[in-house]
Amino acid sequence: MSAPPLLQVEDLRLSFGGVTAVDGLSFTVDEGDILSVIGPNGAGKTSAFNCITGFYKPTGGKVSLDGEDITRLRPSAVAAKGVSRTFQNLRLFGELTVLDNVRAGMHLRIKQNAIDALLHTPRFRKSERIATEEAHKWLDFVGLRGDRAAEARNLPYGEQRRVEIARALARGPRLLLLDEPAAGLNHGEKNELLDLLGRIRELGIALVLIEHDMGLVMQVSRRIVVLNFGKEIADGTPEQVRNDPAVVEAYLGTEDETPAGPAHAEEEIS
Amino acid sequence: MSQLIWNGLFVGSFYALVALGYSMVYGIIKLLNFAHGDIYMLGAFAGFAMLTVAGGLATSAGFVALLVVLVLAMLVTGTAGLILERVAYRPLRGAPRLSVLITAVGASFALEYGMRLVAGPNPEVYPVRLSGTTVHVLGARITLEQLALVGIAIALMAGLQYLVMGTSTGRAMRAISMDPKASLFMGINVNRVISRTFFIGSALAGAAGVMAGAYYGKIDFLMGFIIGLKAFTAAVIGGIGNIKGAMLGGLTLGMLESFGTAWLGGEWRDVFAFAFLILFLTVRPTGILGERVTERV
Amino acid sequence: MASKLSSLMENRYLGWIGLAIALLAPFVSATNYSLSVMTSALLFVMLAVGLNIVVGYCGLLDLGYAAFFAIGAYTSGVLATRYDWSLLATIPVVILAAVIAGVVIGGPTLRLRSDYLAIVTLGFGEIIRITANNLEITGGPSGIFGIPGISIGGLDLSSPVAFYYTCVVAVALAVLGAARLGRSRLGRAWRFVREDEDAAEAMGIHTYKVKLAAYIAGAIWGGLAGILFGAQLTAISPQSFTFLWSALILMAVVLGGMGSTPGVVIGAIFVSVLPELLRGAADYRYFIFGVLLIVVMIFRPQGVWPTHAVERSARKRRTDDDSTVEVNQ
Repeated sequence: MSAPPLLQVEDLRLSFGGVTAVDGLSFTVDEGDILSVIGPNGAGKTSAFNCITGFYKPTGGKVSLDGEDITRLRPSAVAAKGVSRTFQNLRLFGELTVLDNVRAGMHLRIKQNAIDALLHTPRFRKSERIATEEAHKWLDFVGLRGDRAAEARNLPYGEQRRVEIARALARGPRLLLLDEPAAGLNHGEKNELLDLLGRIRELGIALVLIEHDMGLVMQVSRRIVVLNFGKEIADGTPEQVRNDPAVVEAYLGTEDETPAGPAHAEEEIS
Repeated sequence: MSQLIWNGLFVGSFYALVALGYSMVYGIIKLLNFAHGDIYMLGAFAGFAMLTVAGGLATSAGFVALLVVLVLAMLVTGTAGLILERVAYRPLRGAPRLSVLITAVGASFALEYGMRLVAGPNPEVYPVRLSGTTVHVLGARITLEQLALVGIAIALMAGLQYLVMGTSTGRAMRAISMDPKASLFMGINVNRVISRTFFIGSALAGAAGVMAGAYYGKIDFLMGFIIGLKAFTAAVIGGIGNIKGAMLGGLTLGMLESFGTAWLGGEWRDVFAFAFLILFLTVRPTGILGERVTERV
Repeated sequence: MASKLSSLMENRYLGWIGLAIALLAPFVSATNYSLSVMTSALLFVMLAVGLNIVVGYCGLLDLGYAAFFAIGAYTSGVLATRYDWSLLATIPVVILAAVIAGVVIGGPTLRLRSDYLAIVTLGFGEIIRITANNLEITGGPSGIFGIPGISIGGLDLSSPVAFYYTCVVAVALAVLGAARLGRSRLGRAWRFVREDEDAAEAMGIHTYKVKLAAYIAGAIWGGLAGILFGAQLTAISPQSFTFLWSALILMAVVLGGMGSTPGVVIGAIFVSVLPELLRGAADYRYFIFGVLLIVVMIFRPQGVWPTHAVERSARKRRTDDDSTVEVNQ
């Protein structure tokens, strides 16, 4: 009896009214794995992410982490179990500083209570100091160049993407879900992202990506799951997927390398 | 018993008229228009001003004059609603929800105390007081003007129902409430539809204001506060955003209050109604007719 | 000029300056009238700072804040007049009552869309006022009178000057406490929820609990201010706690700048003292307040004294960090 996989998605289903967004999706992610979920716009990729992280209640199927059922947990409980995520359209706390954004990820690990805060006890000061140091550490890790004391919304787009990843890493995840991390990045930034993904993996964090940039997907993924109309049409190594006729027909053949633009119609929780 | 039911229906039809505007505006732009109750107050005062100006003519013509005034007051409040949306709410479309809510509180305040400046702090006595014969139906004492007022309320709601279900404006309203962005893409003039919604909702509240003035005989600048709250309660009970729900919710709330008053005493009526609101939100936040779960997650 | 102004606004000694002004004010004018105006202003500051936790930090609109104020005033008033408790001894009971009320109202509604909270709190304000009006223990419409002043260990603090200084101390602690909460882990979580609930949830923050905590904190601040209010007036009645109060406190918060402690303090002083200075314009003032709310929301939603997301400790962090009156943000 082998240990259960880190993440197991079984027959996941989600429909809104009459529209089926996810239709029987199953896949697994092992410890330290890098998996990409690809598919045309509206294929149900983000919806699947939202089901896994508790933002949507799936209409059927099961999501388990280390064999433990997390399907009905609220998002914060899923996050507390070590699943962290970013959002398709950046969701930073825009009016707060970059450092505060990263501190959000550490919320569950900052050891202080309201009394500590009111009295500024040594415990309060220590926890704040540790939080600040760690926030800097993660910002260094993602290679943030901008001003860390500035409001997050004032950073350039690419930098904001980094902050969001730093925030997700600060949660201390075992599994990190990135929703189109390369969207809107220029060529140089994409290369830096590739490097960053590699370093995240070295930390032993398993990665699941939704990504449209095929070059990046093929380069970084160990496995690829292809969705179309909410259904899984392929699951395999980059090599297998590239040569899968169904994939070529449904996806690569018709819609190669769509640049991420504002016309993204896929459901974003908002 | 039947007296309680009748009282409930009577008061409930007032609530329903005001709740409709609340619910329509909420359904279409997800705004809690706190000033809606004050539009009702404005209607009562508009009617008061017209009846006072018309003077003796009005008192002799009685009910017919009241109907004319009712229509004119609806035009006044409808226009006021239109202006309110234009000046206070439209510039904030897309702003954080908190800003819009605060603006609505400001609008409510400005209307109340603006009216206080114009009409003074003391209650005014309505120049037309309906008093008529009483009939007994199944043991309930019903006056003819109560019947007439309920009749007007029903007619207005029937008109609204036709407007929403049978005209292109109504279709556009329903479309926007389902998906404002898509409606925009489909070529619907969203601003115009929102303006019309405000006009219609405010006109209905104004009608209720005139009717309340004529029936209860006394109006003051804060009269819209409680009814605004009650109307919201009614809208929530019925399922906010849902037009039939607002009507149903108004009648339900009227009944609840009628029985609650008989049971606990009149001084607890409002406590009973608001406690029921909180209870309802806990147990069934989508209301009687609301199907969609409003809350994500 | 602008930079001077903004550096003044971020001054970390601002709190001390404010405290000094409050302490020295009676030396300028110490008539009973001016002391009463200043004491009222202080209470208003405490209320505004408490409401700021809910509205400014957490972004929840509470339109019935006067209800907590009433709960505090009535709880301590009833205990003091009918059961001869000293006002200080009522503090724990008031806190308990405020927490219970906060849970009863916030519990069900904070699960819903945020605008429901606004209207439910409005209804709650009415429930409390009408209940106080109807019950016998609260003295019905005439309320409670003969509420004793505050005394600590036999030291009577009920003279206008002594009471004023008692309030300065209490309100300074309340302001400091709220500001410190605002800069703690919990305070950050409030802001995360205000900015983006989904993102906050994704970071493991239980948004419902965090919102409830803000609501309860606001309730406690309001309840404690109620004790001082009863002690100041010696008599309270349901008329003292109408929606007008809730609205005025909200205005102080909004005009001053939601989430900004100095802004809210200034807003509270402005809203409470200005009518005293402009007695003649009493008829206009609420109308103007209403219009002002709309204008501020449209043209300057951040208020007169906005929050600056400043991080003094960006790279070179100070090791002391004991800046107790660091009130910005």
